[in-house]
Amino acid sequence: MKSSLIALSRDALFSLRDLLPIVLVIGLFQVFVIKQPVSGFVSLALGALLVIIGLAFFIFGLRLALFPIGEGLAHALAQKGSAFWLFVFAFVLGFGTTIAEPALLAVAAEASEVAVDAGAIPATDAARSNYALGLRLVVAFSVGVALLIGVFRILANWSLPVMIIGGYILVVLATTIAPAEIVGVAYDSGGVTTSTVTVPLVTALGVGLASSLRGRNAMTDGFGLIAFASLTPILFVLIYGTVLEWI
Amino acid sequence: MDLILEMLKFVAGSAVDVLPIVIFLFAFQIFVIGGRLPNLGQIVVGFIFVIVGLGLFLEGLEHTLFPLGRLMAQQLTDPEFLREARLSAAGALLWRDYYWVYLFAAAIGFSTTLAEPALMAVSIKAHSVSGGAVGIWGLRVAVAIGVGVGVSLGCYRIISGLPLQYFIAAGYLVVIVQTMVAPKMIVPLAYDSGGVTTSTVTVPLITALGLGLAEAVPGRSPLLDGFGLVAFASLFPIISVLAYGQLAVLRQHVDKSVTEKADLTEEEDHAL
Repeated sequence: MKSSLIALSRDALFSLRDLLPIVLVIGLFQVFVIKQPVSGFVSLALGALLVIIGLAFFIFGLRLALFPIGEGLAHALAQKGSAFWLFVFAFVLGFGTTIAEPALLAVAAEASEVAVDAGAIPATDAARSNYALGLRLVVAFSVGVALLIGVFRILANWSLPVMIIGGYILVVLATTIAPAEIVGVAYDSGGVTTSTVTVPLVTALGVGLASSLRGRNAMTDGFGLIAFASLTPILFVLIYGTVLEWI
Repeated sequence: MDLILEMLKFVAGSAVDVLPIVIFLFAFQIFVIGGRLPNLGQIVVGFIFVIVGLGLFLEGLEHTLFPLGRLMAQQLTDPEFLREARLSAAGALLWRDYYWVYLFAAAIGFSTTLAEPALMAVSIKAHSVSGGAVGIWGLRVAVAIGVGVGVSLGCYRIISGLPLQYFIAAGYLVVIVQTMVAPKMIVPLAYDSGGVTTSTVTVPLITALGLGLAEAVPGRSPLLDGFGLVAFASLFPIISVLAYGQLAVLRQHVDKSVTEKADLTEEEDHAL
């Protein structure tokens, strides 16, 4: 009990240090460049306190729950020796955590506006929400596929650089045939898929799997899952935009 | 009182986000693996900390960084501000008249990345897996430099109107070359850090900056040109983390040659 209190207060000190650069940047720009008074000082100070406590709690809980459960499941699945359940686990984890991702909701809604402006879909609410839902399903599916491929790579011991760079060559090729208005959306959707809760889980899954398989190194084989999860959404959304245009 | 109500709202919101994942993990444990989780109590407490922490963190950001950052992005891309701060003599604004925007983009990209919880998670893991060879702080600073450079260059792209894919393709060429020469153990981590950087803290701010900039620059459409900054912020950390690995190897070589020299002189001493 006492040692967890010490760990928690140490996390709080660290999060104070982590947030200091932001305070400095905003403060310096306000004072020297923008030179306009900032209102609501009390609310700002309270908010900053919440950020520090929240970050410390999150990091503390991460060590307590997210890392152990991710690695524990990876070990258990590797011992079970069933590649099928491992693939199911990877796919559902990727699909399930992405479909409800708030950042993706925002990007999908904005992307449907872009599509209306470009004349790709009619300017009705139904068409818009259809398009946004389609985009979300495509991105979630692509993240599921990404984790599945990534887990397969760890099992099969294929080269990560060859697969990732090959993937990006496909992205560049798909960019040349995709309609212009989808390109920016596609490239951004690769970045928004990997959320704060998913990343620790996926990292623990990869590292746990690589360390429980013989002949794999946790450092060189365990990482790389997130790289797939940022690559496939770009490719799939580009293809989605192209196919929609053909129809 | 309002604050407490709002705190509850944010914590409930993060519970809605996290609970499906928790239910899935527990269901998988019970139905596929079978048996109870070892140290179940610890994991439940940990998840409560994750949910409450994420909720408070987001609420705090909503009160501080997000409104301030959005306001500053607006103020810095305001045509009036830009005309006052211009470097060129007269006529239309040139790309270099936006120097405050580049500086702000780099500074805010760097500092928000240091506060990104997902990046902290990966750094902690990389540190323990590599046996301390990858420093927690070193990796985070390397990623933050990459994001800062990336966002700044992304702003230049919006202002200059050059196509997104040119930059992305050129960036990946650099990544390919670096992959061939960088130490093998850093490569997967570097590829991962591209995706990790852009989540809760960084994305809302740089999106606001991109949209504000695309509105302010004549001839740009916020819808077509406002996107793409996140792509820059995911590409450049790969380059900077690979460089971090290369630097570490370089430093090792220098250290080694120094100690080898010392050994040699020692041997010479013995020979004498």
